[in-house]
Amino acid sequence: MEKSKIKTYVWLLTTNLFISAFTFGGGYLIIPVVRRFFVVKKHLFTEEEFSNMAAVAQSSPGAIAINLSALAGYRAAGIGGALISCFAAILPPLVLLTLISAFYQRFISNGIIAAVLKGMEAGVAAIMVDLIVDLSSLILKKKSVLLSAMVPLSFIANFVLGINAALILLSCCFFCILQVLLQRRNQT
Amino acid sequence: MNALWNLLITFLKIGLLSIGGGYAVIPLIQEQVVEKNSWISEKVFADIITISQMTPGPLAVNTSTFVGLQIGGVAGALTATIGCVFCGITISLILYYFIQKYQKSVYVLEILNGLKSASLGLIISAAVTIVSLALFGSSKAKPDLLSLNWAAFFLFLVMLFFLRKWKPNPIIILLISGIAGLAFYG
Repeated sequence: MEKSKIKTYVWLLTTNLFISAFTFGGGYLIIPVVRRFFVVKKHLFTEEEFSNMAAVAQSSPGAIAINLSALAGYRAAGIGGALISCFAAILPPLVLLTLISAFYQRFISNGIIAAVLKGMEAGVAAIMVDLIVDLSSLILKKKSVLLSAMVPLSFIANFVLGINAALILLSCCFFCILQVLLQRRNQT
Repeated sequence: MNALWNLLITFLKIGLLSIGGGYAVIPLIQEQVVEKNSWISEKVFADIITISQMTPGPLAVNTSTFVGLQIGGVAGALTATIGCVFCGITISLILYYFIQKYQKSVYVLEILNGLKSASLGLIISAAVTIVSLALFGSSKAKPDLLSLNWAAFFLFLVMLFFLRKWKPNPIIILLISGIAGLAFYG
């Protein structure tokens, strides 16, 4: 195997282990963290490519964090990269939960852990709002009424009306394609 | 062997049917693990959710590890976890492969645009829950000023200011806010 490939594998392994071990708050929080390491620091792919990956990871079933690790690993080093990244993303929670499950009653009622986590809640909230501002400006830049309007509509559909996420994702794709078809028809 | 097989099938199902991530998957996991298979009690499931919030890693992965351990030790934990993530990894890789292959197509581009707008809406939905939990201590949508936690609100504003101004690594924000939490509530 070439030296550069092994180097990429090792980087993927250590980076994903690190990300997975330190990203509290679950799911969506992984998006800005992965972006930070893969796009801002290493320039492995562009913002646009990354936003495509994040959309695919979220639209597929399963855990967003694991899906996104797989995609970033695949993009950086093919299927081998994807497998290494997934392994590294799953290992820390697997080991940690195995350890905790042995004495979880004591873990839950520990005051110091609870205080640290209460503080982290506010940090997670700030990171989420920051991510939303960044993603919104990406969508607004496209200057499309349909794309911009779909953001608050999806939010209302999910949060207020409790509509299933899969249904919301599918209907948004449907409206986007419908718009293209209508535009084509008007042009001819 | 039979127990492991049952674990694998159940968690494959959970992995395949959970779209949207985060809190949206809780009812599905609960139905399969608590109600249908009676692997763990309602109380233990609530504890797992609490532990999940306290530890890194996705809720579904944490639950599958925990349940797998109870049913079949380390082998059970591995079986359940692999089952839980397998469908998601496979489907997202296939989807991404096709999107890359046909990225010149205007339809693929539009599908991606649609997915991005919809997923931002879903992120906002998750964020409202997270922010109100952090600032008001409950996930109710109605903000009640009396129950506002001023310390958390202050910390939230400072962290948001840091993020907008210097774009630090989010992990640093987590560390700082964890230490601040220890100072405020410890």
